[in-house]
Amino acid sequence: MARDDVKTGYKYVGTRPNRPDGLDKVTGRARYGADFSLPGMLHAAVVRSPHAHARIVRIDASKALALEGVKAVVTRADLPTGLTGEDLNLQDNTLAGDRALYDGHAVAAVAATTPLLAQDAARLIEVEYEVLPHVTDVDAAIAPDAPVIRPGVADYSVPEGMHGNVARYMEFGHGDVEAGFAAADVVREHTYRTEATHQGYIEPHAAVGQLGEDGRGEMWVCTQGHWYIRRMCSAVLGIEAANLRVTPSEIGGGFGGKTTIFMEPLTLALSKKAGGRPVKLVMSRSEVLRATGPTASASMDVKIGMKKDGTITAGQVYFRMQGGAFPGMSPIGEALPCAFACYDIPALKHEGIEIITNRPKAAAYRAPGSPMAAFAVESMIDELCRELGLDPIEVRLKNGARNGSKSSYGPVYDVIGLQETLEAAKAHPNYSIPLGPNQGRGVASGFWFNHGGETSVSLAIGEDGTATVSIGTPDIGGSRASIGLMVAETLGIPYEDVRVNVVETGALGVNEPTHGSRATFASGKAAVIAAEAAIREMCKRAAAEWGIDAEAVEWRDGAAHPAGPNAGKFPPMSIGEIGAKMGSTGGPISGHHEVTAGGYGASFGTHVVDVEVDPETGRTTVLRYLVVQDAGTAIHPAYVEGQYQGGAAQGIGWALNEEYVYGPDGRLQNPVFLDYRIPVASDLPMIDTVIVEVPNPGHPYGVRGVGETGITPPLPAIASAIAGATGARIRSLPCSPPKVLAAIKALKKG
Amino acid sequence: MRYHTPTSFSDAAAIAAASSGTLRFLAGGTDVLVQMRAGMVQPDDLIDLKHIPGVDRIERTAEGGWKIGIAVPGIVLGGHAELMRDWPGVVEGMNLVGSTQVQGRATLAGNLCNGSPAADSVPGLIAAGATVTVTGPNGSREIPVEAVPAGPGKTNLARGELISAITLPPRGKNGGDAYLRFIPRTEMDIAVVGCAVNLRLDGDKVVEARVALGAVAPTVLLSDACARAIIGTTLDDAALIALAKAAEGEAKPISDKRGTKEFRIEVAGVLARRAAKIAYDRAKGMKA
Repeated sequence: MARDDVKTGYKYVGTRPNRPDGLDKVTGRARYGADFSLPGMLHAAVVRSPHAHARIVRIDASKALALEGVKAVVTRADLPTGLTGEDLNLQDNTLAGDRALYDGHAVAAVAATTPLLAQDAARLIEVEYEVLPHVTDVDAAIAPDAPVIRPGVADYSVPEGMHGNVARYMEFGHGDVEAGFAAADVVREHTYRTEATHQGYIEPHAAVGQLGEDGRGEMWVCTQGHWYIRRMCSAVLGIEAANLRVTPSEIGGGFGGKTTIFMEPLTLALSKKAGGRPVKLVMSRSEVLRATGPTASASMDVKIGMKKDGTITAGQVYFRMQGGAFPGMSPIGEALPCAFACYDIPALKHEGIEIITNRPKAAAYRAPGSPMAAFAVESMIDELCRELGLDPIEVRLKNGARNGSKSSYGPVYDVIGLQETLEAAKAHPNYSIPLGPNQGRGVASGFWFNHGGETSVSLAIGEDGTATVSIGTPDIGGSRASIGLMVAETLGIPYEDVRVNVVETGALGVNEPTHGSRATFASGKAAVIAAEAAIREMCKRAAAEWGIDAEAVEWRDGAAHPAGPNAGKFPPMSIGEIGAKMGSTGGPISGHHEVTAGGYGASFGTHVVDVEVDPETGRTTVLRYLVVQDAGTAIHPAYVEGQYQGGAAQGIGWALNEEYVYGPDGRLQNPVFLDYRIPVASDLPMIDTVIVEVPNPGHPYGVRGVGETGITPPLPAIASAIAGATGARIRSLPCSPPKVLAAIKALKKG
Repeated sequence: MRYHTPTSFSDAAAIAAASSGTLRFLAGGTDVLVQMRAGMVQPDDLIDLKHIPGVDRIERTAEGGWKIGIAVPGIVLGGHAELMRDWPGVVEGMNLVGSTQVQGRATLAGNLCNGSPAADSVPGLIAAGATVTVTGPNGSREIPVEAVPAGPGKTNLARGELISAITLPPRGKNGGDAYLRFIPRTEMDIAVVGCAVNLRLDGDKVVEARVALGAVAPTVLLSDACARAIIGTTLDDAALIALAKAAEGEAKPISDKRGTKEFRIEVAGVLARRAAKIAYDRAKGMKA
């Protein structure tokens, strides 16, 4: 439903009411995954491989099963066979088959009457391993002597002669890059690397599953998408989707990491073996870090040509990304299109490969692939700007994509807001604050496609004229409030009269997860259309009462009105009056909408960061940080700002200290928050935000997804600020103090 | 697991001496309980020392120093104005341990007995010349703090022995101490390098000094070379350079997930210089 006019002057849209889940969350009443319990419930624990790669010779659970109170043990032998494709990958990751593929890979699970007993029992399960050669580094995995981890993993796209650990190959582009480089005044070429990072959500994965002998089951789970849980668990366990009812809990963060399954099917498999008793499984932090999806690590070659006036003449990238031991999990397919998405460049060439390593199966992480690509491309553009003495914002204004630009990955952009974010960043006071000694400023832009996806929403009018909205996208970042505001605006009733609930799989059609920054866009759009359907019905009821045509009734301010003097003189009939008598005027009034939502508009952002680097220790302090991003229309501006700040915080962590550290034995060295160094609150300044609003023509209120773009610019912006502060360019994340100090010393030595 | 609540250190020592299995003492519990939850240790005997009278007290000694009970948490040390005035370096080291919540439980004795070379309160205690009272089945003895750690996770205490008090010497006149640690974040992290300096001045000249380095060897190091580098100087630039060199020379770190060997050596020198300056300013009576 493209709109040529975008309304402004809203009553509820753009306001900042209290979040509907706020009181429950601050008082501890909110029910997260681990808070759910049932009578007769058992507790589960998982046995995990201590080896990066090993053949499983034998599993002996007899000692565990002999313990009083131990009710079931499951291994791969208890799962159905014959799966293929991604279903098989999911099953292989749920429980290892003949081989454990990474440190932390689940090998067996046990259910017992208490959590401690389950842990004791897990320790009594004996697993005999034959250790196999392993590789965890993305570049080492394609060295000639690297062990081939999963022979035959390559798909049709991989050219002959590539290493056996290459699973996928991609290439695309346009224009003549060689001619472009020839036309440039400066051409530079470097390799950039990013280490894997974890989404770092505070709430570990948790589920209660129940599956009877009749094959009918139920699950309560912390997830971003319960239809995905239903489909994936059904596939892994060989049950019918309709027989598994999944209810999502409140969610303590996901960032993409909860759009798939890890241990969830184990609760059902154990429950079935334990005679249908419900089974609860809550991961520890170490299990989360070792065995749930971090993002990919990447090694990226970039070549860019620039004229002295800042015109970019050509760009070329070759990305290598690993997403763990399973094919299809690296975001190479997103990273490449994101690489130059902010720019309109006449000649571009993209190539990339996905590589298999002995690491956990990667999952989506906030704008999957885009932060790595931005680190490589935006860092190099900054290097060129510094070399040529050019202002980084001016260069981006000159080369940046505009309305109608053909994007780097093919489609033509409709209405986009990149230029507006650059202008706002340039005008912001942060961009002109003088810098002191050892301080530097970094600028970078970022992009995310956003997403529509399968969406089903239902709305019901209450007898008192309030509205209940049922959505299928779990609320991670405030979508219930935002959707409530849009429905209130559409119906013309107070925000407090709208309650938005995230409902279980039995209550709506299939919904994709809350991913791709789609929930407020897609569920919101469907909710508005559902509200419009309810309005049509309410106008009909009023028309019948008044004895006039439905077309002669119009809806405004929460009431039906005669459309004009010719329609007749009737006092307005409010939503409350219509609701009160709907039983006798034709029955319940509701609206619903089902769609694979299109019209999602991309969101661009520009960040400006100032850092100070201690020249004696290499330690970086973020002095101030500015996020400017296009929200289309900010439905609930406080939530939009929260997304901007959260994305920046995660990106800063990725840039400065977060990394998966593997030992030579292939084991993860830092699977605790003490050593996996996510930023703490005192590490960050208050992050400044500017919401740019270039309304998206594909949404009734102009919404663009805002959740993901914000994690993209911090990686290059921080590295560029450090380069400004020290003169040392870090091309391999994280910019940890040892690395920065070594780079400063190397510079001094010349 | 047997959980014991003795009401005297001699009873605690007797229970410990009689235990034949895995034994842990519980003061604040901020290491032991975490290790138990993580499945790293499953004690057969867990001896809770908080029921012993006096373990939560801070008292002046007859000599003018301080006797600190083994269950006094960091937050109480930090709130003790007189102790802070005498030994700010000791207290600031302890106050760097963990979060606010952890500060409500964590103790000097526990930090010492956990045996970590990166323990934040230990360099300050060693630099201060603190001693501990060790109580065992055969009575008590007094040993310097630096004699307690034996290596990562290990102490030199014999089975049945435990620490029953920590004693800080009298501060005396014209003295100052300081502790600095390096972490990549601002809190909630483990020292990559730590350094405590305690010194006394006569006029502008350093006449006594003790320097302790953390996280650069299997145990916290008391460095004579570092002390010699600044004794007799006014802590001028040459002295600071000599101190940094000495600290770099003393550091024998490893590369691990928290930092590289080269980085730790270099930063040991940087922190020694910076901590010495703070200690010097404090000895001069300047606010730092």
